Amino acid sequence: MKNPFDNLDKVLEHRVRLQIMSALVTNDAFDFSALKEMLNVTDGNLASHIKALEKEKYISVNKTFVDRKPNTKYKITEKGRNAFRKHLDALEAVIKQQK
Amino acid sequence: MKQIHEYEQDIASIRNIMEKSFKFLSLSGLSGMLAGCYALVGAGAAYFVIHAENRNYRQYVFESMRNPSVMWKLIGIALVVLIASIGTGVWLSSKKAKKLGIPFMNTAGRRLAFNLAIPLITGGLFTLILLYYGFIGFAAPVMLMFYGLALFQGSSNTYDEIRYLGLCEIVLGLISALFVGYGLIFWAIGFGVLHIVYGAIMYKKYDK
Repeated sequence: MKNPFDNLDKVLEHRVRLQIMSALVTNDAFDFSALKEMLNVTDGNLASHIKALEKEKYISVNKTFVDRKPNTKYKITEKGRNAFRKHLDALEAVIKQQK
Repeated sequence: MKQIHEYEQDIASIRNIMEKSFKFLSLSGLSGMLAGCYALVGAGAAYFVIHAENRNYRQYVFESMRNPSVMWKLIGIALVVLIASIGTGVWLSSKKAKKLGIPFMNTAGRRLAFNLAIPLITGGLFTLILLYYGFIGFAAPVMLMFYGLALFQGSSNTYDEIRYLGLCEIVLGLISALFVGYGLIFWAIGFGVLHIVYGAIMYKKYDK
């Protein structure tokens, strides 16, 4: 039998990354400050996790200017959505196996 | 490798973030009760204004625009009730947000405000147009129906119970449209009694 732990997404094992994905999967887009405010994490911490998700192409970044201030919006990609779903399925399987 | 309970915590945190990012949970039940009281006071004042002119409400409805000064008084009362209700709602909800330790105007709150505003402004303008053309009897039903539609629409961004309040307002609005001339009574039930009942339910369930 296949080990359900193998199906867990290594990138999404970090809780903050998982939370970023949860927020983006339910909403169209989020900017940096809104994400920070919701997850209650530091700038540096959030930025590093966003970079990791961006590197995997799980989220897309859209930089614009609002009133001449930079405004960065993050969106989930199709790849990210699939990865999130797979990771959830794996989590479910892991927990089921333990019961 | 993580422990099994950590995976369980992962799932709990997903759920928590999804709710927090999508739902506006600072909505205060107490402010709903107060808004209902304002509406009842307003309806009482409107009744008094109409009767001070020695006519009953039904008759007034059919006499339509013959007395613009009464009309302006009624619009004034409605505006005072509206502003007092929104003011109390914003004030008590921001207090509740502080207590819950979440930002008041987050993404979900902004979306809720936007989703409510579109049908409400449409309904408000349509009501004014009806009054302008003298269809006074349909003012209360239209207000109730548009308000109900706004709540129904907005409920996905806040507590689920709001959906049923919206449905009640819509049904009440439709019934009152059948009984033109009794709008004030239906208005008092919809904006007064239902708000107090719902506010009390929400207060008991979420605010304590």
